[in-house]
Amino acid sequence: MLPIVRAGFVAGTLVALTNLCLPAPSGAQESPYFVTYDHYLEEPGNLEIEYFSTVGTQRGGNNFHAFWTEFEYGATAWWTTEFYFDGQTTFGDSTVFTGFRWENRVRPLKHEHFINPVLYVEFENKNGADKILKEGEGHDVEADFLTPNDVARKDHIHEIELKMILSSTVKGWNFAENILAAKDLSNSPWEFGYALGASRPLALKASPNRCTFCPQNFSAGAEMYGGLGDRHHSGLHETSHYVAPVVAWNLPSGWTLRISPGFGLNDNSHQFLLRWGVSREITGFGSMVSRFFGGRR
Amino acid sequence: MKVHRASRLLIAALLMASEGSAQQDKTATPKDQRGSSIYAELGKAPEKARSKRNPMETDKDAVAAGRNLFGRHCAECHGVSAEGGKKGPSLRAEEVQNAEPGTIFWILTNGVVRKGMPVWSKLPELERWQLVCYLKSLGVAAKPGETTPANQPSAAAKDPASPCR
Repeated sequence: MLPIVRAGFVAGTLVALTNLCLPAPSGAQESPYFVTYDHYLEEPGNLEIEYFSTVGTQRGGNNFHAFWTEFEYGATAWWTTEFYFDGQTTFGDSTVFTGFRWENRVRPLKHEHFINPVLYVEFENKNGADKILKEGEGHDVEADFLTPNDVARKDHIHEIELKMILSSTVKGWNFAENILAAKDLSNSPWEFGYALGASRPLALKASPNRCTFCPQNFSAGAEMYGGLGDRHHSGLHETSHYVAPVVAWNLPSGWTLRISPGFGLNDNSHQFLLRWGVSREITGFGSMVSRFFGGRR
Repeated sequence: MKVHRASRLLIAALLMASEGSAQQDKTATPKDQRGSSIYAELGKAPEKARSKRNPMETDKDAVAAGRNLFGRHCAECHGVSAEGGKKGPSLRAEEVQNAEPGTIFWILTNGVVRKGMPVWSKLPELERWQLVCYLKSLGVAAKPGETTPANQPSAAAKDPASPCR
């Protein structure tokens, strides 16, 4: 079986099991971004299970399919915590598990403002074969991905990543700016990166009827992301950058589908990245777990 | 060794997440008491926000659209008929039904983040006003033994031309 089909099958099974085993879905209103974060956190007590794929081209080597699964939980209305498990298949090489990440986003302000900050802290335990391109950072370039999997996976990376997420919503448009600083916990310098996004629902008014294809269920926009060098050599020299239109379809049944074709903006970038994702939000997950352990909720 | 450290981190994360939920539980006192502290948030809406006019008040579809939005985003916490649920207070209480539309819109926009109500500004402004229309159309829920609430006409008695007011 082709690795991409196998990964799709695994994702499909996971999502189908989610559908069968867990209680009522919520009508998610998810942003279409893949890389950029806006300031909206997961609703408290809800769990969102997400599967994402990135198929990327590789000059001088084999194309790849990287994939990750996220479990995003709203611990409170101001704190969201998230686990990722990721892996990749390099065509003509192998399929490898590439690590896990634990991410936390905290909203420091009580009310909405014109610009809303969110603080982001992530711990990554991954290996050198990681190709999910969840962010652009430092001097990461396309040529880094040429190392064969069996060599690259021996390189263990423990990294802390900090982000300042700034986001505004004006007349239905969301504008988000993320500044990133990442530090490999071995002896490496701080690396920097950025992500920018703008998106808007296709309609700003809800329809009186429950509908699947209504324009308000779709949101579209674009994001741009890339590296900004490191502490010793900051700037755009030897960095990669991407621009990607993004579309999300929030189905009334609680599913969200996303797709985004991404384009490299310079010779250090992969020429093309096709991303897609499927997610489902499970309401009341926290209460369900609490009841399971004898809680009153 | 690294795996052990990672496992400890994972366990710590889960414990912290549970603790977060537990903190929310601690604030969950009897329903009325919880409700009254939540309703106090309505009084924090600034004058400018309170006096905002609902642009959807003459839209004949606003209530139906608001009902759909409520089912998708709010019913889980506030109950299917908005009379209060496991996590959220009744939205058919006098405090809410007598509040200005602008006040309810302000709460929707800003949330009550420290008390578990998320920010809903991710819904476009007109959708939030549609939600306000739906909520205002519900009227005050009758208390057990009452046929009509004392301080408010029932939903059926509201002006059908503009149920959002």
